[in-house]
Amino acid sequence: MSDTDVRTIRIASGQGFWGDDLEAPVRQVEGGPIDYLMLDYLAEVTMSIMQKQRDRDPSAGYARDFVPLMERIFPACVERDIRVVTNAGGVNPQGCAEALIEAGRRAGVAGRARVGRVEGDDILDRLPDLIAAGHALTNMETGEPLEPVLDRVRSANVYIGAEPIVEALGQGAHVIVTGRSTDTALTYAPMMHAFGWTRDDHDRIATGVVAGHINECGAQSSGGNCLIDWWSAPDMARVGFPIVEASPDGTFVVTKHPGTGGRVTRQTIAEQILYEMGDPSEYITPDVVADFTTIALDEVGEDRVKVSGVTGGPRTDFLKVSIAYSDGWKATGTLTYAWPDAAAKARAAAKILRERLDRLGLEFDAVRTELVGWDSTHGPLAGDPPADLPEVQLRVGARGKKREDVERFTREIAPLVLTGPPSVTGFAGGRPRVQEIMAYWPALVRREVVEPHLGVHVEEV
Amino acid sequence: MSNAATVRVQLVHLAHARSGDKGDTANVGLIAYDPAHFDLLREQVTAERVKAHFGGMVEGDVERFELPNLGALNFLLHGALDGGGTISLMNDAQGKVFSTALLRMEIDVPAELAEAVAGRGRVPAGWSVDDYGAGRGTGDGGTER
Repeated sequence: MSDTDVRTIRIASGQGFWGDDLEAPVRQVEGGPIDYLMLDYLAEVTMSIMQKQRDRDPSAGYARDFVPLMERIFPACVERDIRVVTNAGGVNPQGCAEALIEAGRRAGVAGRARVGRVEGDDILDRLPDLIAAGHALTNMETGEPLEPVLDRVRSANVYIGAEPIVEALGQGAHVIVTGRSTDTALTYAPMMHAFGWTRDDHDRIATGVVAGHINECGAQSSGGNCLIDWWSAPDMARVGFPIVEASPDGTFVVTKHPGTGGRVTRQTIAEQILYEMGDPSEYITPDVVADFTTIALDEVGEDRVKVSGVTGGPRTDFLKVSIAYSDGWKATGTLTYAWPDAAAKARAAAKILRERLDRLGLEFDAVRTELVGWDSTHGPLAGDPPADLPEVQLRVGARGKKREDVERFTREIAPLVLTGPPSVTGFAGGRPRVQEIMAYWPALVRREVVEPHLGVHVEEV
Repeated sequence: MSNAATVRVQLVHLAHARSGDKGDTANVGLIAYDPAHFDLLREQVTAERVKAHFGGMVEGDVERFELPNLGALNFLLHGALDGGGTISLMNDAQGKVFSTALLRMEIDVPAELAEAVAGRGRVPAGWSVDDYGAGRGTGDGGTER
C-alpha cells in the first residue's frame, strides 16, 4: 500500500502541554489536509493545579486556552470535517464542554457540530469508599498505603484508555473533551475508530501508542528541543508540528505540513521516542502493553519517517491513578553577583543565609543552593567556577511542613543585599512567592472499579 | 581495531540524548549518531559507569535498557530530582538537561574514530546566530534557502 492511500488518516498534533505554542493548532488546520487534531494539555502536576482552580471557581478546572482556540478554528474544522480529540477537560470535562458549546455558537457552528465529553476518571470523591473496600492505592514508588495522607489528597484521576473516545467518535462527535485520558490515546483512538481495531489488535494498537508518544509532545518530534545539529534546524519560528499518517495495516508515517519549519528525520523521531521512557519493552497503557524495542524507523522522503514493526501484548488488569496531595510549602529566591569572584561571593551569601535561618530556629526539610550560570544544571560535573566568571545568579530554595517558616525564609533574601557580600543586584522582583507543594502519588487500581463509571455524553452545539 | 591506539572522547561527539522525568526519576535516552557506534556505547556506557559519572547527583540506582533498533540506550536515574515534580527545589526539577550532563562522559575509542568525530555535536566554527533558521551552517540535515 502506498503512503498516499486514500484509506490513511492524518492525525495532527496541535499542543504538547498546557502552555504550548498557541498558533500551532491553527497552522495544523490551515496548512494542509488533516482528519484529526489532537491536543494534549495534561502533565503529572497539571491536574492538581486545575483542581485548585476548580476549588476557587466551580466552573473552572480545565485548560482555558482551549476554548478561545476552538472559537477560532471551529468553523474550519466543521467545514473540512476535522475532528478534535483533547484532554483539555482536566478535572472538569463538563465545564469545558459547556464553554466549548458556547464558543461554537459564537463561532457560528450551531446545529452543525456535536461535542462529546468523557467522564468518570475523577475518583477523588470515591477514595474513602475504595479504601474501605480494600483498595490500598499503594504508592508505586514508596510502597506506602494512601490512607494516612487521605485528608491531604487534592486530586485523584485514573489514566483511562481509548474506548470512551472511540465511542464518542462513533456517536458522531466532532470535538471530544476528556479528563485524564492517557496522552497517547488521543492519537490512537482515532485509528481504532477509523480502522475498526478492537482491543485484541495488540500490535496495531501498540503502533498507535508509538504514534501517540510521537504526537504528544508537539514539536519535540519535528526539530524542537532536539540536539541533532540544532543550529541548522530550518525556520524554527514557524516550526511544523508532527502529523501521523496512519494506515489500517498498523504502520504510519510521521510528517509535517509543507512549507513549515523544523524537520522530521529518523533521528528527531528516535530522540522523542526516548523521552520520558521507562522500560522500553513494557510501555504500559490502559489498552495495550507496547514493546518499543520493536520499532523500525525508515526515512521514506523529505520530512517523512515510516514507523513499522511494532508489537504489543494484552492490557493489564490495572489502571494507573494520578493522585496529588498537599505535602508542605516551598519558595525559591535569587540574587545576582558580579565579577570579580562572583561565585565565591554567591556561595558566601548562601552560607550566611543558612546560618541566619538556623539562628531563627526555622524548620525545613531541605534548603538548596545552586549557582545559575554555573552549576544549576550539571551540578558537580561543572567543576569549580573560575574566579573571572563575569556573573552568577544565586538561587536558594527552601521547603518544609510549616508555611510560616517558609514565609520567613522569603524575608531573609533581600537583606543580603545590604548585609552580605558585595557586588550584588537583581532583586527587583520582590519577595519570592510561597507555593503549596502538591506531591505526586502514583498508584494502581483494578480496572473493573473504574470502567463502569466511565460515561460518554454527546451534545449538539 | 582492538590493537589500535585508543583515545578518550566525550559522548557529545558520538551520541545525542534526551531526558525527562517520572516522579523522582530522571531518564536519559542516549542515541548513537551512527548506528555503527552503538556497540561502543553498549560496551562502555554501563549502568555502573553512569552511576559513577553522576556521583552525588543520583541518590538511587541507575538502570539501563537497550534499544538496538534505535541504536539507543535508556537510563533511569532514580532519586535524581530532589523529590521531583513540585517537591523539588532544583532549577532542573524535571530532569530536562540530564541529557547533556551524560554527554560530558568520556569513553575510549580508536584514534581514527576520534579524529573523524571531532567537533560533531557542537556548533561549527564560524557559525553565527544570524545563520539560525536559514538551514545553513552544516553539511547535513539543513535545507538551503
